[in-house]
Amino acid sequence: MSVASQDTAIRTGRVTRKLIYLVLVLFALFYMLPLYVMLVNSVKPLSEITGGGMMNLPQAFTLEPWAKAWSSAQIGVEPTGLAPYFWNSIKMVVPAVAVSTVLGALNGYVLTKWRFKYDTILFGLMLFACFIPFQIVLIPMARMLGLMGLAGTTWGLALVHVVYGIGFTTLYFRNYYAVFPTELIRAAQIDGAGFFQIFWRILLPSSGPIAVVSVIWQFTNIWNDFLFGASFAGADSQPMTVALNNLVQASHGVKEYNVHFAGAILAAMPTLLVYIVAGRYFVRGLMAGSVKG
Amino acid sequence: MGFLDIDNTTKSYGSVEVLHKVDISIEEGEFLVLVGPSGCGKSTLLNMIAGLEEITSGEIRIKDNVMNGVHPSKRNIAMVFQSYALYPNMTVGQNITFGLEMHGVAKPEREKAMQDVARLLQIEQLLDRKPGQLSGGQRQRVAMGRALVRNPDVFLFDEPLSNLDAKLRVDMRTEIKKLHQSLGTTIVYVTHDQIEALTLSTRIAVMNGGYVQQLGTPQEIYDKPENIFVATFMGSPAMNVVPAVVRVDGGVPQAEIVLFDGSKARLPFSQPNLTAWDGRDILLGIRPEAITDHDSADRKSGNIASLSNRIVVTEPAGSDMFVSMQLGGKDVIARMRSDADVRAGQDFEFAVNMEKAIAFDPETEARIQP
Repeated sequence: MSVASQDTAIRTGRVTRKLIYLVLVLFALFYMLPLYVMLVNSVKPLSEITGGGMMNLPQAFTLEPWAKAWSSAQIGVEPTGLAPYFWNSIKMVVPAVAVSTVLGALNGYVLTKWRFKYDTILFGLMLFACFIPFQIVLIPMARMLGLMGLAGTTWGLALVHVVYGIGFTTLYFRNYYAVFPTELIRAAQIDGAGFFQIFWRILLPSSGPIAVVSVIWQFTNIWNDFLFGASFAGADSQPMTVALNNLVQASHGVKEYNVHFAGAILAAMPTLLVYIVAGRYFVRGLMAGSVKG
Repeated sequence: MGFLDIDNTTKSYGSVEVLHKVDISIEEGEFLVLVGPSGCGKSTLLNMIAGLEEITSGEIRIKDNVMNGVHPSKRNIAMVFQSYALYPNMTVGQNITFGLEMHGVAKPEREKAMQDVARLLQIEQLLDRKPGQLSGGQRQRVAMGRALVRNPDVFLFDEPLSNLDAKLRVDMRTEIKKLHQSLGTTIVYVTHDQIEALTLSTRIAVMNGGYVQQLGTPQEIYDKPENIFVATFMGSPAMNVVPAVVRVDGGVPQAEIVLFDGSKARLPFSQPNLTAWDGRDILLGIRPEAITDHDSADRKSGNIASLSNRIVVTEPAGSDMFVSMQLGGKDVIARMRSDADVRAGQDFEFAVNMEKAIAFDPETEARIQP
């Protein structure tokens, strides 16, 4: 045993330390296993999978399953691959994330800096949006989309996600702006800035961390949503998640597991990317305001 | 009609009135300080002048224009906030010119105004930095620059020095005073620090509990406080207030006070009308510097009374020596020369400058007018 250093409260000898690392590595491997299976099997010919040995490394490396999943696999009745649905998802996610984040910021701004009577009650009611189960609103929402002429369109789907997301984004921004110094708003008022000028010039440029949180949260939720996509999308506006389901659930022909794996990775790719690019701001944003300094 | 008129102005939140009929009028170029303990309504009044709080009743006028309901940006005022309120995402230069930009001033003019102000406040080398990279004193200058650049009718300062350390506070205080003298601007300044109020102002409004207790020049406030609150709030150490009884002897009213051992001493007043109070209780107010030894008593005073009393504690404070004693059952502080030959427990012959003594009515706590 080495002499425990004086400046740490917890004494860990070399053996305990090694044990801790060993356990951690084992856990890490265990958690990585599904990803390993997906990656390995997506670059094998189908015969290698059906011949058993799902855990083995590929003997004949091929990118064929990826190409097939992307551009030529049978989705429902058309052999289009996932590509058109991927773009459907993008067309739905980008406006839905942008609009719900901006509206959440605007709501947070009004609820904290332009206080009015019963504003806390209104905020409380908006928070209910976070607790309403998706299933409850399916039929009324379908009726509303029909009345608005948006049934079966990507825009309609984006609208549904915006409405559902506002509760969360308002919560984020309201709590962030609650600790934003009100004197700054007053200074800007005296300087002659109007309602929207204060918002664009003073508040939004200081909202980086919470905007990242809102974007990541909204992006992953909307991209991964299946129920709304399956319920409200038309044949040519289905998002990636629904298409992936149609690919995997196809009830005729041979089950091409390698193509399914590749497709699943393709579907998960954008959320992974968003986490890798913006993830380090995520925790920082979630913690913002909770600790001084 | 003054330059800035606060005319019978009140402020209520719901049914609670926090400012009661405030009446203040100042001329162009005056430096008005609103001073009082926290919660006295001074910041609320300042915010009402700025237009950040609504006026419940009464009027506020700047240059005879009624400001009730006028947007803050249209009152031609500028404000320096306690936290400085610099926009964190903009550089110092952008902070200074933001107000001009919002008022539609063309870019070349903005640049010129910014350079002028930066030169005046010696912050030229900071123009490209962000507020986060500045020290407290530098932020303070930038905040003042942002106010100065607008060239407003009235400057409003909301406790601008309270976030600075003691030394910087004194420096900035002098600087604000210099700025006021060289620019001749009209300033309304809120503080809870009575020294700031006395040093900076041309006039002081002492506030407490939503009332203006007294409005006057620093000298008036210090020498002729209207009531016990003003007397004890302004000045450090605070004015001594001692219970006394008026006795008239040979037509001269005298204050009879109880010494440390229960015996009584009499100090003659310089205020003849106190004969009317013969035999009644009063409160006697004496500033610490009006109680000294005989050698350093004010030679210009026509009424120095002697008072023999026992010293309880001596507190050397560098330039002065604070000596405390018991008078009328209260602790009383005398301010002596630092080299005064005094010891605790010693019986000492004090010189009391009764010309500066003030008599208060113990019931109303108001000054008994001469």
